[in-house]
Amino acid sequence: MNENSVTPVAARMAGDLGVDINHLNGSGPGGRVTKADVISAEAGPLTWLKQMIAVRRFEEAAGQGYNRAHIGGFLHLGIGEEACIVGSCAAMQAEDYLFCTYRSHGHALARGTDPKLVMAELYGRQAGTSAGRGGSMHIFDAERRFMGGYGIVGGNIPLAAGLALAVKRRGEEAAVLCQFGDGATNTGNFSETLNMASLWNLPIVFMISNNGFGMGTRLDRHASHTDLSQRGEPYDIEGSQVDGMDVEKVKEAVGAALFTARSQSRPVILEAITYRFRGHSAADPEQYRSKDEVEEWKKRDPIKLYAASLMERDLLSQQQLEGIELSAQDQVDQAVEFALHSPEPEAHTLQDNVYVDTANTAGALETIR
Amino acid sequence: MSSGFTEMRTRDALNRALREELANDPSVIVMGEDIGAFGGAFAVTKGLLDEFGPERIMDTPISENSMMGIGIGAAIGGLKPVTEMMTINFALLGLDQVINSAAHARYMFGGQTQVPWTLRMPQGAGHQLGPTHSHSWEAMYAHVPGLLVAVPATPSDAYGMLKTAIREPNPVVFIEQESLYGRSGPVPDQETLVPFGQARIAREGSDITLWGCSRGVEWALQAAELLEAEGVSAEVIDPRTLRPLDVETVLQSVAKTNLLLTVEEGWPRFGVGAEIIAQVTRHAFDDLDGPPMRITAADVPMPYAKNLEQLAQPSAELVAERALELVQRRR
Repeated sequence: MNENSVTPVAARMAGDLGVDINHLNGSGPGGRVTKADVISAEAGPLTWLKQMIAVRRFEEAAGQGYNRAHIGGFLHLGIGEEACIVGSCAAMQAEDYLFCTYRSHGHALARGTDPKLVMAELYGRQAGTSAGRGGSMHIFDAERRFMGGYGIVGGNIPLAAGLALAVKRRGEEAAVLCQFGDGATNTGNFSETLNMASLWNLPIVFMISNNGFGMGTRLDRHASHTDLSQRGEPYDIEGSQVDGMDVEKVKEAVGAALFTARSQSRPVILEAITYRFRGHSAADPEQYRSKDEVEEWKKRDPIKLYAASLMERDLLSQQQLEGIELSAQDQVDQAVEFALHSPEPEAHTLQDNVYVDTANTAGALETIR
Repeated sequence: MSSGFTEMRTRDALNRALREELANDPSVIVMGEDIGAFGGAFAVTKGLLDEFGPERIMDTPISENSMMGIGIGAAIGGLKPVTEMMTINFALLGLDQVINSAAHARYMFGGQTQVPWTLRMPQGAGHQLGPTHSHSWEAMYAHVPGLLVAVPATPSDAYGMLKTAIREPNPVVFIEQESLYGRSGPVPDQETLVPFGQARIAREGSDITLWGCSRGVEWALQAAELLEAEGVSAEVIDPRTLRPLDVETVLQSVAKTNLLLTVEEGWPRFGVGAEIIAQVTRHAFDDLDGPPMRITAADVPMPYAKNLEQLAQPSAELVAERALELVQRRR
């Protein structure tokens, strides 16, 4: 292996991730090792397990922070949906764009955002991903092309299609992954956007994480046809379902969907069947479902299932699993510690970033109350 | 030659601005209902499809909510989309995207993104279209921090301000006025950008300040003619933009005239006139010789019957009458 034939970005990333470049077969010109090679070398079963556990621990810590009133507003946890979160992000290439909902702390972590910064956002700190202006529902990481969590159900769908239009017009080799829940499929935004995405051949994957409830209304009470993957039929959009509790299956299905979107410049629908183990938000008495039902689904806990599967395949030992658990807990403890002691935004910054400051924005805001 | 002016209708001035910006910058696209093959419901986009092709001049389905979102998403993705809503009435269907996405994205994501998006649409009553098709919504858009709001009142400003809007990295709500599309005026031959936040003194005067918004400028100017016959000298101010808002020019005018009357096409309560009056009352209370007042539409959904519609709309006569009352009361 020629040590010179590595892109600088790939070399830096390999250092960060602890990937040994000397054992990689480069896919770039002349066998040059690229960023994508490093990512695919690093990403594997253990990484996905680690990420799912990291998301679970993060969400548990966020729930505790909420109960202690360190975190305000609404808090929507992804506990139970980790395979959808991690599997989908693992299938993305660095060039792809991601749009999420108000339940997207885990997506940011899976996309590589520092958990300290995500936690700081929940704590309303200046160091947070959105400088404490967005909160839990509005995480964003431009550098990782994580184009936002959005608080309005279905509101992210046309935005993602618009970004796909920009990608297409610029001739970028990328696709957009737009994630939302079963509830969002009943919005006008969904139907309208499916029509335009198909009409204009946009490179976008509409991923429905169907957790069985639009807030507290069960699927069969909110959807006239419960196979949501078929919602694209009148718009000539291919759709399929995947087991949303199996991280490898999700990764494979999202990967295939993104490939179609990217290579054929076509929209695709993917419905992942999943379940959230916690309430819709932290303030949910959960009177719309039984404890038995939740317990039944917990038998298909995506983390337990995957750990068992890896052990069965001799890819994971009990000792390794304990190490992963400890390290995830340690990482989240550090994130909470960081957030707790991180400064709040300063009063004089209250009206910062309402606009990009230009000659035309002077006097755009009232400054006197 | 290049320092000359050409007489042009507002719709043609807007068309010229779009054509120039499309030619200047490949990231500019225009989207909307019937803007391409049809040429635009008000012919503002006439000829653009032939010149720039369907990838840049995009006819959309009748899906106002999502076409707003797609325009905004494309702007977040680095294009400079101009979304045409056929009229401001239909934009109500897409208001969530304008406010929750376009206006708030930059702030709520900590300054990590920007929305270089222009939403242009006509407003106004006077064509017997009844309650659903006669709205004026400048006050509602101007209420929202994060939006810039332009209300051009002349062909020249329509041209120069649309160019400014398209080049802005911020979302601009560009409100045109249906009745003004056919009005002609001199437009500079040379490429010109009109900056935001600088009010225009449309007519100088010394006895009373008439602050008019959008078509209100026309009514104010016509009223000034009527007042001149009565020996009253009215100054007419056109704000050009509501966000940013040029308060200083109004204050300077009121310092001279000591009387203020605002003219707008929207409803009276919580309208743009109310805001101007609040600003003047706070900053120039001692300059005022009488109560600042406003001329607006009547406080009623716009009726269909011709006589009732006329009754519900502002008019130059109404402006002149109220202005005269204010001046005479001072005397």
